[in-house]
Amino acid sequence: MNTIYYLVQNMLPVSIPLLLVALGGMFTERSGVINIGLEGTMLTGAFAGALFAYTIQGSGLSPNMILLICMIVAAVAGAIFAQLLSFAAVTMKANQVIVGTAMNMMMPALILLISKMFFNSDGITTNVRYFIREVPVLSGIPVIGDLFFKNTYLTVLIGFLILIISTLVLYKTKFGLRLRACGEHPHAADSVGINVSKMRYIGVTISGILGGLGGYFYSVGITDGNINGHNGVAGFGFLALAVMIFGQWQPIKIMFAALFFAFLRTLAYSIPLIPFLANLNIPTDYYKMMPYVATIIVLALTSKNSRAPKAEGIPFDKAQR
Amino acid sequence: MQDKNGMNSKTNEKKKFSEIKGFSSFTSALMAIVIGLLFGFIVMLLANPNNAVAGFRYVLLGGLGRFGDVLYFATPILMTGLSVAFAFKMGLFNIGASGQYTMGMFFALYVAFMFNLPPSIHWIVAILAGMIGGMLWGFIPGIFKSLLNVNEVITSIMTNYIGMYLVDMLIRSNEAMYIPSMTRTKYIPQHVQIRSLGIAGSNVNFGVIFAILIAIVLYIILQKTTFGYELKATGYNKYAAEYAGMNGKRNIILTMVIAGALSGLGGAFAILAPSEIIGSSMTYEPINVIAVNGFNGIAVALLGNSHPIGTIFSALFISYIQRGGTLASLVGYKPEIIDLVISVIIYFSAFAAIMSSALGRFITRRNKKEKIVSNTQSVGNIEADINNKEAEK
Repeated sequence: MNTIYYLVQNMLPVSIPLLLVALGGMFTERSGVINIGLEGTMLTGAFAGALFAYTIQGSGLSPNMILLICMIVAAVAGAIFAQLLSFAAVTMKANQVIVGTAMNMMMPALILLISKMFFNSDGITTNVRYFIREVPVLSGIPVIGDLFFKNTYLTVLIGFLILIISTLVLYKTKFGLRLRACGEHPHAADSVGINVSKMRYIGVTISGILGGLGGYFYSVGITDGNINGHNGVAGFGFLALAVMIFGQWQPIKIMFAALFFAFLRTLAYSIPLIPFLANLNIPTDYYKMMPYVATIIVLALTSKNSRAPKAEGIPFDKAQR
Repeated sequence: MQDKNGMNSKTNEKKKFSEIKGFSSFTSALMAIVIGLLFGFIVMLLANPNNAVAGFRYVLLGGLGRFGDVLYFATPILMTGLSVAFAFKMGLFNIGASGQYTMGMFFALYVAFMFNLPPSIHWIVAILAGMIGGMLWGFIPGIFKSLLNVNEVITSIMTNYIGMYLVDMLIRSNEAMYIPSMTRTKYIPQHVQIRSLGIAGSNVNFGVIFAILIAIVLYIILQKTTFGYELKATGYNKYAAEYAGMNGKRNIILTMVIAGALSGLGGAFAILAPSEIIGSSMTYEPINVIAVNGFNGIAVALLGNSHPIGTIFSALFISYIQRGGTLASLVGYKPEIIDLVISVIIYFSAFAAIMSSALGRFITRRNKKEKIVSNTQSVGNIEADINNKEAEK
């Protein structure tokens, strides 16, 4: 039982960045723009958040207060960075995959450059301890308290809140309906007076916000509030894309997909702690490969009835019929 | 849309149009490069205004004195660039060049250490093994794409990570090639290394000549063979190509396998390169990092407009400014500035093509209008004009 508690407690902080970034990817793709640049967006958020945390860490604020403030900084930074994509993809009608690739190349270089120039290191190291050992009162609940309210981070709670909000926005608001229309059939949307370019700008901006948040939550939950330009976010932006496809562009399914990947990854890093698996003596590298192998297998199984937004990746051209 | 215009207008105008198209892909690359370099200069100014001019001069001209090194570092990125460019022609985005490159390195290393072959052919077998390693890793996204319709971008990103972890694991567990205390592979025997070109002060070797020859062969395949034609046709319009009886599924697999082979060769050329210091060689460090050269290949391909010959020049250019960037550290700048410049170049090259094709369209239209004024109006011109107006809308 302790092993299960341990796995769940460790899995949740890992799943949150994947969940948020995949939701961000979902919003852009639902509006009709492919965002390969999520990795870069995550790095932007992680870097901006960590940088701000670094500057205010001495001011006596509690770690969770710092988290809330830096969260906003990260979201704003991500949103600004995402405008690189929206400008190129919507206004200039450029190839979205190329732009995304450029964004992914830009951020690690920028982070390394800034940190080497101003911090003499490869990244930013903060000493804020975001870790929450026990949530008062709630951790007393049997089973559930152990699973969700011990050895955790505030990010988990915020992540699930954003999931609920995203689901409501996408399915229960006029905006969500319009956004989805722009990804499925922009010309139909255009014909009833929806401003497709504007919706796509908003879609990309949301992905910037969520991508930035996800990146910062990655640094909080996985690398102890630090970030460096060499390892970056370890391909989580790309994994999030796979999570999004596995989740069939639907928020709740994306959550399950994110949990699945987080579980595999946590398992890979906690083999020595699980007697049964440790006794098998399989090199841990096999387990590290597992999330990626699983992605390919899962995509192979689900791609036949893929529900990708029909107009994704195609620049909107009013004159086209 | 442009092609429609070209087809409808008269033959002499068609010729003019194609001229402008070639011109525009060159100018768009140039435009992107200028913007990227300017951006780099601005960053340098912001970082340290006093040395900015000196640093920028190193970036621009520093590569000149180290031409051997430029060629040497261009070799692997030329190969991965060709790999990405070749897949691009088919409409596939081979982001998995890194994984294929790493596999190529491993296969070449394996042959170099584990096989006992006559010295005269050992290095050739090692290079070919690298190619096979890359092919294998290109085959996976290819087959998943063609049979199961899985997006090749995602599968090739996954194969990057799988390849990296797999190779690191295999190398670490192999005592014949790995030195645990130094976390790197042993030096490769002299006779397996590719012959040096003998330029003093650099490791440049025959690999670069092979790479350029391969680029030319690719150009011929794309321009002169049925396979190349089918490939480009599928890239332009998948459905039309299938309707014309081309086997799209087979071509997807074949393209990815060839792309993989190119990256794998890049890995082999990189790891089998000789070293200036006698008795040493290139080594592989299994430290769970994805090969950078694969991603640089994407930049090379995009800048070269996915054209094999263009790729040669863009690989040389990127290697050139990278050398310059290394030299800029003499006046206190970090070499990462070049990665930043390259990413800005790629960003702008994504829509510089659109900007300059709009420019090209503008010029053609003006030419046509002049003709209409001077000649009596021919039917073809009117048609072209109408098409242009439609395109404008």
